[in-house]
Amino acid sequence: MSRLSELVESRERHIVTAEFPSIDGGGLDAVRSKLDPLLPYVDAINATDNPAAHAHASNVSIAIALATLGAEPILQVVCRDRNRIAQQADIMGAALFGVENICALTGDDVTAGDEPEARRVFDLDSPQLIRVARGLAEGRYLSGRPIANPPRLFIGAVENPSAPPLDYRVKRAALKSNEGARFLQLQICYYPDRLEKFITGCVAEGIDVPTALLPTVCLTKSARALTFMHDNVPGIDVPDDIRRRVASAANPAEESYQVTREIAQHALSLRGVAGLHITDFRHDGSLARLVGDLGLRP
Amino acid sequence: MRLLPIVEHAVKGRVWDCRMCGQCVLHSTGMTCPMTCPKTLRNGPCGGVREDGHCEVTPEMECVWTVAERRSRSVINPNAWEREFDHLRPPVDNRLRGTASWSNLFSGRDRQTPLGWDGATYSPDLTVESSLGEVDDIDSLDAGFHERNPLP
Repeated sequence: MSRLSELVESRERHIVTAEFPSIDGGGLDAVRSKLDPLLPYVDAINATDNPAAHAHASNVSIAIALATLGAEPILQVVCRDRNRIAQQADIMGAALFGVENICALTGDDVTAGDEPEARRVFDLDSPQLIRVARGLAEGRYLSGRPIANPPRLFIGAVENPSAPPLDYRVKRAALKSNEGARFLQLQICYYPDRLEKFITGCVAEGIDVPTALLPTVCLTKSARALTFMHDNVPGIDVPDDIRRRVASAANPAEESYQVTREIAQHALSLRGVAGLHITDFRHDGSLARLVGDLGLRP
Repeated sequence: MRLLPIVEHAVKGRVWDCRMCGQCVLHSTGMTCPMTCPKTLRNGPCGGVREDGHCEVTPEMECVWTVAERRSRSVINPNAWEREFDHLRPPVDNRLRGTASWSNLFSGRDRQTPLGWDGATYSPDLTVESSLGEVDDIDSLDAGFHERNPLP
């Protein structure tokens, strides 16, 4: 059993997952040097799948590298780049190397990346992919072809508590939970009231019991970074007052950190939240500081 | 019957911007065609919907699923159809593209899914790999096979 699945089962403490930075070369040493600062502070790490529609070393290769180097990977699988045959093959291939955690995503559109002329695939969508992955773990491909030695999989997904239609997001989380998602990494949300409403809705529907809800917080250094996210990352809206607060601060990097800490503290205070997912764009030890400040000790 | 897809497209293309996927689910999606979503998502909006409810890919267009969700709650939408909005719709069968969903509806073809979708399996004897494995085994070939099938 993966450590993540044990923690989701036991809920003995808050869970911490993090996004692994993209790798474009440099062999396993490059992976190791990015992993070392994260490893002591997180339970599992996302091997991303061409984030923001930019090509990088593949999700499967990074997941295997992380496992090889002693970390627990979460294999992100997006629907944008591969059809159902390739998605199943990737999950099965990674599982050969002990990768159990899967995170199913729709994926940013190709137009969000640097190759907007690429063909978009979206053969499956994320709720369908969750069911297909569950089928693999139960011993069959989508076609119905049996798998003699089914992989052990722990399946999760993402949801955006802050994107319209807001009232529908809880139902979408329920759909994913019902199909077998046992954790949901929630998109970065700079509106505490929206997150609270979403989590409250999930608790009312009982989603938080089988499925660990992990809001994402993002470590940035400047108002520029927040504005970039606001303008360029689909589904993320950073309110003006937060950007102004950071821009007008004497020490914007410190103020950015404090914004993130406050959002994280609020998220962890909500009943139904099982932990945090952290995206670190600072790479200056802030992730370790945040985990320490919040009293999260994997 | 070759006329049917043309007639269907003439009607549904005009009214719903139908893309002729051949497995119409309009009734369960607030009479909003999910194939007009740039990502052709069949099960609700992605996480990229903009703050104003518009599409991540086409900012001038309202998200197809924002519209679908609103319409599904309309008082003129039958309750049974509204409930179906939350059901998981199966993956598209790409072989049906361009065919008439009307005839696929009557024949039931549009509701056929891969066996594994609903938890069933098929006999592994039927795989190409196992068949080729058998043919590859020289002892399994009947006498005279190579004489009847000379190499080019």
